[in-house]
Amino acid sequence: MWDWSTFFHYLHSLYLIEGAGVSLGLSIGAMGIGLLCGLAAALMRMSRNPLLRQPATFYVWLFRGTPVLVQLIIIYTGLPQLGIKLGVLASALIGLGVNEGAYLAEIIRAGISAVPRGQFEAARSIGMTRTTTMRVVVMPQALRIIIPPLGNSFNGLMKTSSLASVISMEELLRRTELLIQVQFKVLEIFIVAAIYYLILTTLWGFVQRRLEAHFSRSVTASARSRGPAPEMAKLELSEVVLSHDST
Amino acid sequence: MIEAKGIHKFFGANHVLRGVDIEVTRGEVVVIIGPSGSGKSTFLRTLNRLDVPDRGSVRIDGTLLGYRPGNGGGLIAASDAMLSAQRRHVGMVFQQFNLFSHMTALENIMSGPVQVLRHSRKEAAREARRLLELVALEDKADFYPDQLSGGQQQRVAIARSLAMHPKVMLFDEPTSALDPEMVAEVLQVMLDLTRQGMTMIIVTHEIQFANKAADRILFMEDGEIVEQGRPDELVANPRNERTQKFLRLVTGKV
Repeated sequence: MWDWSTFFHYLHSLYLIEGAGVSLGLSIGAMGIGLLCGLAAALMRMSRNPLLRQPATFYVWLFRGTPVLVQLIIIYTGLPQLGIKLGVLASALIGLGVNEGAYLAEIIRAGISAVPRGQFEAARSIGMTRTTTMRVVVMPQALRIIIPPLGNSFNGLMKTSSLASVISMEELLRRTELLIQVQFKVLEIFIVAAIYYLILTTLWGFVQRRLEAHFSRSVTASARSRGPAPEMAKLELSEVVLSHDST
Repeated sequence: MIEAKGIHKFFGANHVLRGVDIEVTRGEVVVIIGPSGSGKSTFLRTLNRLDVPDRGSVRIDGTLLGYRPGNGGGLIAASDAMLSAQRRHVGMVFQQFNLFSHMTALENIMSGPVQVLRHSRKEAAREARRLLELVALEDKADFYPDQLSGGQQQRVAIARSLAMHPKVMLFDEPTSALDPEMVAEVLQVMLDLTRQGMTMIIVTHEIQFANKAADRILFMEDGEIVEQGRPDELVANPRNERTQKFLRLVTGKV
């Protein structure tokens, strides 16, 4: 039987709210690592130098080709055999982050490739260095294309972070399971956990829309004066999103 | 001012530049004409090293572009920072304008002074407004490129180049992507620049403009300069048969 009082009791359980906080923190940390790895891999894969390109291609191939669950277990349980001992938090952050980076690399690369070559040439011709060109001209335009799939990735990551429970990371799912072992109210407590995940992803949805609006200002401005915004960027997005959904 | 010697360029097996030389003095306006595929745009792009020549050298005010002197008189490839510093002196205007699409007209013009010359934003904005006035677009400062017509975008692009105070300006078919009614406004701005003594090298199909603005016209075909001379000589009395044929085609005279 469904027990409403248990449900409402755990709906505001500090123990689970903390767990959700850990899930969120873990996701943010892993996303940070993922962005660094992804940006580095994207730039390396776009390089003309095969010594840079090949390791990045290998990284993306390896981490996209194996389940993140297997990666987490190898990092936490397997690596100590080689003398590399990482704590639970470090293992979870690195495992989720490095895996995420392999997907973000493709998203970032697609975003950068979508910036027309002429933008780069114009920047170079007024004397900007490669780094300045990237920072001032290419990345801001790439971001407009990257942000939506990036937001979807983060949404996915908040849910994927639950896999860290298998290496005993005390995030939301792990705490839910621990609670069930003593309370035996399986459905009620799992539904509470599901609601917390929903709250996290829904809140993120709001943030994501704000970010998208911010980075497409120039497009929105012209849409106001000239009708519909260019559809091209959106098209490329859906390609990227689709490729990412096969996680 | 700007001197190129023996420029060769290959695209794969395609020998697109076959030893092109040019010397342009301060304040001179040189127009390069020639059929499509003659290598004139590629040649222009080697002058600021957007295309790297396979052989030959480019000097700007005596400085060898893309290299620095090494020990014992040899030459070493310049670092990216050094090449970028050399490029400041060479402005470039593109056929497709290439305004930074995420910046307003004003921000486009400010970008070089702020990011490269490290001017304050305030100072750069003041200068940018002055340049917008010069190209008669002072009321478009806060418009994004998508909100401007092609002719307006190209005028902003010219202002963006001028903001770096280049020693020489390169124009790569600046009116070829424009609707006919917008060509004149861009040519007018360029004509104003010639009157102010700007050194310019212009690749264009606008023979009338060349006639009016150029000190010298170069005719290029198959990666070589076939003939060059003052407009009244070259356009009115071309000596080379290939030049005659090309001019007949573009001016529509049989």
